[in-house]
Amino acid sequence: MNQTRDSIQDIWGPRFGYEGQWPVRVDERVEEDPDHWVQSACVLCSNGCGMDIGVKEGRIVGVRGRAVDSVNHGRLGPKGLNGWVANNSPDRLTKPLIRRNGQLEEATWDEAMDLIVRKSKELLEKHTSSSIGFYTSGQLFLEEYYALGIVGKAGLGTPHMDGNTRLCTATAAAALKESFGSDGQPGSYSDLDTTEAILHVGHNIASQQTVLWMRVLDRLAGPNPPKLVVIDPRATYTAEKATVHLAPRVGTNVPVMNGLLRLIIEAGNINQEYIDAHTVGFEELKQLVAKWTPERVEQLTGVPAAKLREAAHILGTCNTLVSTALQGVYQSMQATAAAVQVNNLHLLRGLIGHDGSGIYQMNGQPTAQNTRECGADGDLPGFRNWGNEQHIQELADLWNVHPDQIPHWAPPTHAMQIWRYCEQGSIKMLWISATNPLVSMPDLDRARKILAKEDLFVVVQDAFPTETTALADVVLPAAIWGEKTGCFTNVGRTVHISHKAVDPPGEARSDFDIFVEYSRRMDFRDKDGNPLLTSTWQTTEDAFNAWRECTRGRPCDYTGLSYAKLTGDSGIQWPCNEQYPDGKKHLYADGVFSTNIDYCEDYGHDLETGTPRSKDDYKLIDPKGKAFLKGIDYEPPHEEPDAQYPLWLTTGRVVFHFHTRTKTGRSRELHKAAPDGYVQLSTEDAARFGIVEGDMVEVESRRGKVQEPARIGDIEPGLIFVPFHYGYWDQDDRPRAVNELTLTEWDPVSKQPHFKYAAVRIRKVNA
Amino acid sequence: MHLPYYIGLLENSEKQLAEAFEYVANHHHDEPDIEQMCQKLSAWSREHHGKVQRFVEKYSEEKSNEPSKLKRDLFAEKRHSSLTLLRDLHDLWLLTQEVQLCWVVIQQAALGLRDEDLKACYTFCSARTKRQVEWLLSRIKQAAPQTLLVAE
Repeated sequence: MNQTRDSIQDIWGPRFGYEGQWPVRVDERVEEDPDHWVQSACVLCSNGCGMDIGVKEGRIVGVRGRAVDSVNHGRLGPKGLNGWVANNSPDRLTKPLIRRNGQLEEATWDEAMDLIVRKSKELLEKHTSSSIGFYTSGQLFLEEYYALGIVGKAGLGTPHMDGNTRLCTATAAAALKESFGSDGQPGSYSDLDTTEAILHVGHNIASQQTVLWMRVLDRLAGPNPPKLVVIDPRATYTAEKATVHLAPRVGTNVPVMNGLLRLIIEAGNINQEYIDAHTVGFEELKQLVAKWTPERVEQLTGVPAAKLREAAHILGTCNTLVSTALQGVYQSMQATAAAVQVNNLHLLRGLIGHDGSGIYQMNGQPTAQNTRECGADGDLPGFRNWGNEQHIQELADLWNVHPDQIPHWAPPTHAMQIWRYCEQGSIKMLWISATNPLVSMPDLDRARKILAKEDLFVVVQDAFPTETTALADVVLPAAIWGEKTGCFTNVGRTVHISHKAVDPPGEARSDFDIFVEYSRRMDFRDKDGNPLLTSTWQTTEDAFNAWRECTRGRPCDYTGLSYAKLTGDSGIQWPCNEQYPDGKKHLYADGVFSTNIDYCEDYGHDLETGTPRSKDDYKLIDPKGKAFLKGIDYEPPHEEPDAQYPLWLTTGRVVFHFHTRTKTGRSRELHKAAPDGYVQLSTEDAARFGIVEGDMVEVESRRGKVQEPARIGDIEPGLIFVPFHYGYWDQDDRPRAVNELTLTEWDPVSKQPHFKYAAVRIRKVNA
Repeated sequence: MHLPYYIGLLENSEKQLAEAFEYVANHHHDEPDIEQMCQKLSAWSREHHGKVQRFVEKYSEEKSNEPSKLKRDLFAEKRHSSLTLLRDLHDLWLLTQEVQLCWVVIQQAALGLRDEDLKACYTFCSARTKRQVEWLLSRIKQAAPQTLLVAE
């Protein structure tokens, strides 16, 4: 084993204090010297680091960062350096499986696809396409999502398509749409190189995007460090470096953000000229936040008034600012409302669209951006608006189908509703691709019962046996990263190509081939009788070129990109077109937002009830390119600690794992670094319940219970934390998946479930 | 003067609506969005009902009890099938229409009376009634195709 650094011992590696330009540091880890290197990018978080895959004799033997890539300048994190070994795991799925007499048995591709197609046709005939649902991922490539989007929306015509991105990035998209009219992050990572201040809200960036955190750490080690404000109830790695750390009670993001905005407005630290020229809704917002005095915020959230003032001073006086938000906002109470307050901060100060200032409504997964762009989830391809007939017509023209074939009578069905329809029996076939809901969904007992239902036909497409494949009726073995060519886009709009480096194991096929094959066997045809996908698509490059056309003139314009252009150099940001042949660093540099009525992706929502606004109502406001300042008042979480369940539970990640560990759990190094779940509790609560470090603790909510070993410290009294990665595929001797405990409920706007709070009780388990 | 009659009508309607939202919330625990939103919207109607009280007192005379049976009539049949949710939302929508129209009628009178307090009450409450209507309509639209075409 050769490696340039030990990323398990030293997660972020050596510092390069710098100003202005982030130096290159190439991180590499190989088992053997590769014969050759193949260009790719990392798929183990949303950062999308440029990465080369080392290949020897047809086998992946290592990875190295790409020095030329604008995202990482050669660096890689512990997951990227160690996670690739999963491709070579001996327990990869290599043959299709079909359930016969209650058992999953090996079958041929022909048998498996034939069964899926027969079932689909029978359901279409008897129950319409609304009896079929798709639940995909943030892990596929954009060509695959676009194929899936067309198969579902134009082929079958089902409104029931979503992905696990609903659990992780739905609020990012929702917040960007509410404020700016369309999805798309306004800034660039390079803003971190010069910014004067950084705000992380509910975003433990040090553990989530380790390489982006290296960029921040290097700034902090340089001559002119930015001030860092962190809002997180736990003392995370990120919080340790904060200039000011605010630790609010769970579920109180909105009052904290309202309080910050009030202080900034009151101090006159706003850009009134910018507000007047480029926003609507200032007076209402001002009135809304006015009552959130620091004292009132302190009383409700536990954040000391003095600290709130300190944070507001930094955020109100910096000349440039980069803000990020993630699951601490998105998976908590009033998710969209809290996330738009981050956008509001930048709008009020006019800190958007230029060097040093940007907003990251973060993604969790590597290709979540593409799930949203390509229409494989509850959005339409190219950020089109389901309520805009003209946008539907554009898609119908692209696909040469009748516009009514594309479901647009209501917003596309969100994931939690898809699962509910399965539970009630009106969705009778659920096709799950590249995700493991039986660890990641809230209220797992309910989810398990749904997938186990006799009258639900479950197709699961994955690379590994998981808790979810165990309940499938058909399992399709999928090729993954390194075994297929395709593109994907990171949270910063940077598009990378990932070339095929090796063949997939056994009979595994790419998700692209599977969806195209399904389309061919279903004999989906366009208006002129030509096969829907297969008449024009032979390769993923054909699909990419079709996708480019779909994005023409839209905010995510890919028309200037091609496989050739993406190969050899750095990833490139969209929009990339004739006007911006090398991509565009900042959206909204001119203060004109995507809110024009004919252009916007969404007409917005009532943030409190989640009701979508109609086109007619939007006409009355017609912002004509101005951004929206929106907000709502505080609303307490729906479940709060009480005498029976006296503690708050919150969930989150650990630095060495990704999602349900299907890949990272198969790396010996990552597994050794974080082998098991745990429950983190405060010294005070540990004493109260007679628990010492390492004791096995039972944690129980109204939904279920788990047992986890105790870790004591670095958390506020009254709150406990359990990581969400751990399930049962590699260890099933005790209930340990934290989602046994979590709630089935969601944000009214983004429909993202609330994983960040539940009321629980704990007790020490007698050994 | 029949304003008291209409204020009574309104008061009763908001009360019926608050109870009906509560009823629907309690009957759909398996639909978390329905349960939580109906509880919230029930609270809105309870608040409206409270705000109307001072006008009941101010204009107290021949108060109407007319729509008190409305909810009972609307939610009369026992519902068990998968139509239940759609029918319950449908009935809620009908109740909101009663409230909305009462407000329109009373607003006209308030303008004629130059009763600024009543006007302010109207402005606050009827805007939220509109949001109740819009939420119901959007949720009904979402549920309709699945219920009518696929559910058994």
